[in-house]
Amino acid sequence: MMIAESVRFALTGVMANKMRSILTTLGILIGIASVIILLAVGAGTSNAIKAQIGKLGTNVLTVSRQTTAGGRAAGGGQSVTGPRSRGTNLTLQDMAALTDPVMAPDVAATAPVVTAQNVTGAYRDATHAVATFVGTTPSYFAISNDSLAAGSYFSDGDASSGSAIAVIGNTVAQDLVGSTPASAVGQTIALNGQNFVVSGVLAQKGSSGLNDPDDIVVIPYSAAQDKFTGYSPSLASISVQAQSADVMNQAQNEVQMILDARHNVTSANRDYQVRNQAQILTTATNTTATLTTLLGAVAGISLLVGGIGVMNIMLVTVTERTREIGIRKAIGASRGSIVSQFLIESLIISLIGGVLGIAAGYIGSAFPVLGTQPEVQWWTVWLSFLVSAAIGLVFGIYPANKAAKLRPIDALRYE
Amino acid sequence: MNHAVIELDSVSKIYGKGEAEVRALDSVSISIDRGDFVAIIGASGSGKSTMMNIIGCLDGATAGTYHLDGIDTGTLDEFQLAQIRNRKIGFVFQNFNLIPRTRAVDNVSMPLAYAKVHRKERRERALEVLDSVGLASRADHKPSQLSGGQQQRVAIARALVTNPVLLLADEPTGALDTRSSHEILDLFESLHANGRTIVMITHEADVAARANRVVRFQDGHIIEDHRLRSVHGHPEATVVPA
Repeated sequence: MMIAESVRFALTGVMANKMRSILTTLGILIGIASVIILLAVGAGTSNAIKAQIGKLGTNVLTVSRQTTAGGRAAGGGQSVTGPRSRGTNLTLQDMAALTDPVMAPDVAATAPVVTAQNVTGAYRDATHAVATFVGTTPSYFAISNDSLAAGSYFSDGDASSGSAIAVIGNTVAQDLVGSTPASAVGQTIALNGQNFVVSGVLAQKGSSGLNDPDDIVVIPYSAAQDKFTGYSPSLASISVQAQSADVMNQAQNEVQMILDARHNVTSANRDYQVRNQAQILTTATNTTATLTTLLGAVAGISLLVGGIGVMNIMLVTVTERTREIGIRKAIGASRGSIVSQFLIESLIISLIGGVLGIAAGYIGSAFPVLGTQPEVQWWTVWLSFLVSAAIGLVFGIYPANKAAKLRPIDALRYE
Repeated sequence: MNHAVIELDSVSKIYGKGEAEVRALDSVSISIDRGDFVAIIGASGSGKSTMMNIIGCLDGATAGTYHLDGIDTGTLDEFQLAQIRNRKIGFVFQNFNLIPRTRAVDNVSMPLAYAKVHRKERRERALEVLDSVGLASRADHKPSQLSGGQQQRVAIARALVTNPVLLLADEPTGALDTRSSHEILDLFESLHANGRTIVMITHEADVAARANRVVRFQDGHIIEDHRLRSVHGHPEATVVPA
């Protein structure tokens, strides 16, 4: 019953100075809303990156040539050992060795990747600078999680014979031919002046902002070597698909063992590198986690400022109502009832701010930020609610105690 | 039942230390019986306000003992003192000291809230007491909507609502015009006629003349204790030298 009474007294106090209560509440509201929104932006970004990497296949290893040939990477003083030069290539034979079911039981499939830069596609009057240009075998599509929107892939026969056939991404199809993906199938497009027939259009993967996975042209690897990179047995990289995401590390070890033996190198002087999608994912996740922490910290500071605002206003309130406190004490209020009255007052202010802040956080998170849809984390809502309650208590306890400790005669004499 | 409501025994109150020491009360002993109406008078600085603070349990004595309604107040902690103020004493102040922005009925029922009386009962008691001071029609008015005399009557209602053994008034007419002053003093007289014990601090001789007994303070001492009427109001003319 006394609590109900304290709540009633506290509400009278809050209502007594509406403008001030509203402004103080606003401080908490902004703090809570910014915590929720910024953490939602962090979570949204993190999820978008994860989804993007997931689309590229989470069980894929990429074996690529070490571009820093020689001992430069080893640092000064270390003499260069072994026959190392740009001449060490990744070859189709290397790739074939990786599919050995005995030596590499955890490797499911492999695909060669030959790339070329600055490839421009043309169709009638339209031109398009291709972002990603890949020469490979059909197994590439399965490894990189591609599917067709229209048409068909090229065959293994096309891959080795170097047929002038291309599978293009949705962005390329839109830019060159326009309208539906199906209309591009069967058309002849020019890639750096060489004619290719479009056999299929890939299904859209969607952009994550920085790079567009749909801006891609895939042709048989032998055609790429013939017409773009000049004949060379070297591949830019080999895509390796592990049996599952769980055996990524085993697959990586097997690949390294086979290639170390074939290239006659050790882990100290490898002329190739293996990139693990899971590692990239981990790195990306760590990066976004750092980002989220920073955003959260900034928002937390604004919440702290809001809390100090509550304390400030409560101190002003206590000073202003010194006389009232004296009267209450004279008519029999104990320390406890004065403390609870002012504590509940600061709790009311901060909890109203908290609840409104959660609502504002949800509304604010409905709008995309820099192309990313923020995702409100349910735990931030609970956290915010608890934090606003804690602010009310922590920043209210000092003013409330100050009020309760006033001696009645001093408080009554106060003008 | 027959013991005195107020029993002060050699009570001193000393402010400051050493050179700056001020003896606001110097070994004061006084006994006030149940049902008496006592006026405490004196110039400012005579110690009458300190006396009021000690009697009202708002401040403790430096030396001596004070029994209120048979309870030794020196042994009580802060919580118990708050309860004593709540149950045994009703305060009436010079400047009314009502809680602003709070309706008369809520002001009156506030001591009952601190006494943990149920809400419905509180309101009934508050309305009853407001009626007894003639303000039933103003129950829902806020202090700012009431005249000075009305505010003081609300304050008296608040002081009476817990049915205390002592009504302690500090210059109750100090902020009022003559007509309102008379109304308040008439109210005190009728309360006294109903057996209420009243201690009133004042510096006005005509206000003090309405009491049964006048105690004059000077420099922390009682210099005169003058009984005008018997405890229950019968005329009497005995001067008791201090």
